[in-house]
Amino acid sequence: MAMQPTAANSNKPPPTGHLPDNIMHFARVLRDTGLPVGPGAVLDALEAVRGGGMASKTDFYWIMHSVFVKRHEHTTLFDHAFEVFWRKPQMVEQLMQLLFQQVRVETAPAKKKAGNKRLAEALFNQDDAQSQRERPSDEVELEGEFTSSAREVMRNKDFEQMSADEERIARAAIARMRMNRLEVKMRRFKPSRQGVVDMRATIRRSLRAGGNMTSLAHKARQTREPPLVVLLDISGSMANYSRVFLHFLHALTNDRSRVQVFVFGTRLTNITRELKRRDVDEAMELVGSHVDDWSGGTRIGHTLREFNRKWARRVLAQGAHVLMMTDGLDRDDVDLLEAEMARLARSAKRIVWLNPLLRYGGFEARASGIKAIMPHVDEFRPCHSLNTLADLAEVLSGSRNETHDPQRWLDGTAVDPRKTDEVRP
Amino acid sequence: MPKPLPSSIDATQELLSNDGYLADRPLSTVVYLALKMGRPLFLEGEAGVGKTEIAKVLSSVLGRDLIRLQCYEGLDLAAAVYEWNYSAQMIEIRMAEAEGVDDRDRLQSDIFSDRFLIKRPLLQALEPHKSGPPVLLIDELDRTDEAFEAFLLEVLSDYQITIPEIGTVKAAEPPIVIVTSNRTREVHDALKRRCLYHWVGYPSAERELAIIKARKPGVGDDLAQEVVGFIQALRGQDLFKSPGVAETLDWVGALNELNAIALDPATVNDTLGVLLKYQDDIARMEGSEAKRLVDQIQSDIRLRAAE
Repeated sequence: MAMQPTAANSNKPPPTGHLPDNIMHFARVLRDTGLPVGPGAVLDALEAVRGGGMASKTDFYWIMHSVFVKRHEHTTLFDHAFEVFWRKPQMVEQLMQLLFQQVRVETAPAKKKAGNKRLAEALFNQDDAQSQRERPSDEVELEGEFTSSAREVMRNKDFEQMSADEERIARAAIARMRMNRLEVKMRRFKPSRQGVVDMRATIRRSLRAGGNMTSLAHKARQTREPPLVVLLDISGSMANYSRVFLHFLHALTNDRSRVQVFVFGTRLTNITRELKRRDVDEAMELVGSHVDDWSGGTRIGHTLREFNRKWARRVLAQGAHVLMMTDGLDRDDVDLLEAEMARLARSAKRIVWLNPLLRYGGFEARASGIKAIMPHVDEFRPCHSLNTLADLAEVLSGSRNETHDPQRWLDGTAVDPRKTDEVRP
Repeated sequence: MPKPLPSSIDATQELLSNDGYLADRPLSTVVYLALKMGRPLFLEGEAGVGKTEIAKVLSSVLGRDLIRLQCYEGLDLAAAVYEWNYSAQMIEIRMAEAEGVDDRDRLQSDIFSDRFLIKRPLLQALEPHKSGPPVLLIDELDRTDEAFEAFLLEVLSDYQITIPEIGTVKAAEPPIVIVTSNRTREVHDALKRRCLYHWVGYPSAERELAIIKARKPGVGDDLAQEVVGFIQALRGQDLFKSPGVAETLDWVGALNELNAIALDPATVNDTLGVLLKYQDDIARMEGSEAKRLVDQIQSDIRLRAAE
């Protein structure tokens, strides 16, 4: 790999010497670090440099930046790659050390910047980086770790019974599940038998008949599914449910468009891209390596706040529906939780709360966290078994059902849905 | 009068500043490249940082027409590209009938001719203009849907539009295209790939001060400095929506109207609505917090003056 920084500030129009080569190598490094850099971008880069008028290295940086970076998030990664590749070849050595000294005491990583690890992997042979790669990816796989409290153990046991068989059944059921589609009207039209008159088609039709107005063509509004945003709690108390849900969400993400999935425990992670893998196991593995707060505590208020700040405006546009899967047991900061729920409710078209705690017959909206969330959701549902999971399809189809009106739980007039269709564990 | 395109990054920066747009070096670089390479420029950033403004300024300094397409959900061909004038077409058909024209092909080509075509922004942008290729501003692309984005691909990569009844309209000279997005959703990579991308951030304190001076010449030095200090401090706060440059300028204008020569907590409280547009943010900053910030920046400025 040609690594010497070239005279980037050569003012001559056609790039001579190693510059084109180096740009190509640089593009390859960027690609390996995960930036979507196609061959077209490399050609653009060469053209841009040729068109140049570069006066300084900063200009060179921004020229490269404007061609290679297509997303704001990628800037950090690009920065480091640029720094290493064009400015500080000696840093390559540092990175090498960072890779090879792993086993020894951590002396080398003086300052670890975000993205360095990925960059290191991209710069060097994949094999060298192999050791670096081995992350505790098994955690993902939902082979439930047992957590501490006694009640937790009880719940685990109960799930244990079903986990071997039921999980297989669950997966099969999930695959079979037909999701009714909720469709909302768009402002776009399509040809239809009824609806308003489509003048363009009518005129064309009449011309076909030689200028006579024979029949009117009609058009009606198209419909499409609204975007769906899922917030899944993966904290310890939800551990048993979240694995099944993840499978469900995988099916969902691959079934309809415009689904965004976030998981949260102590922090918020967007796993939409990871779930997009067709193969469910591959997707789960990716999700696992991407999320690092599995089965920890819950800070619903804080993570919601993060969601509201960072994501709400990006994913809740165009009338998105929100699906919250959490038990609502957050003792952290109830006022914050309440305020953030209120904000979420103001920006989302509809919020459906799925709470596995509803499986217990005597469930009452007593916990402070639950009380804080409840007033802001449009629908409150159980989701702990295959049956209820199947009901999810109905949730997504948007049919309103009085049984699930959250107000009833707050009033204490709710009928326990469990008594009818399931025996308590 | 068409004016020549700038020949270097410095020239671009200067050209923009002629009309009061103080672009930093990165932005000037990407604008220069977009002009030079004839590529669309994709600008993303928070609301009010001057994305739309750059198109307006470019059109005025280059002496080009500005064609603006404001995007919204459900934007379709009829509103963005072209539409046929149906009533005129119908009258034409009736007239042809009355005259006894029975040549169907002729009627067809008459009806679907330029005369009955209502041109919308995208089509207008591809037509030759007296003052040279126009500046096409596609504003807030994130508001529209994916279907429209897909359509834009053809327009932005080949600068051509296909009208089934007429054929393909191709621009002799490509327009200068500026696409903006507030990132309320992610725009598809295929579209971004055809553009040069730039994230427009908030300006630094010095630049913001210069912007105020360029845009609001009547404002006193002290006030301008305090305003910039306050706004920069505000951006450091944990707010739902930080004020952009547009808000800064609005605020300066508002303070000017109120004849303020310096910031004081009471005036700040009364005019906070110009800067912050969310009730949560206002509630957070009102009262003691605003006073604290004002005091802090005033003492900062005094300190700096003393040095």
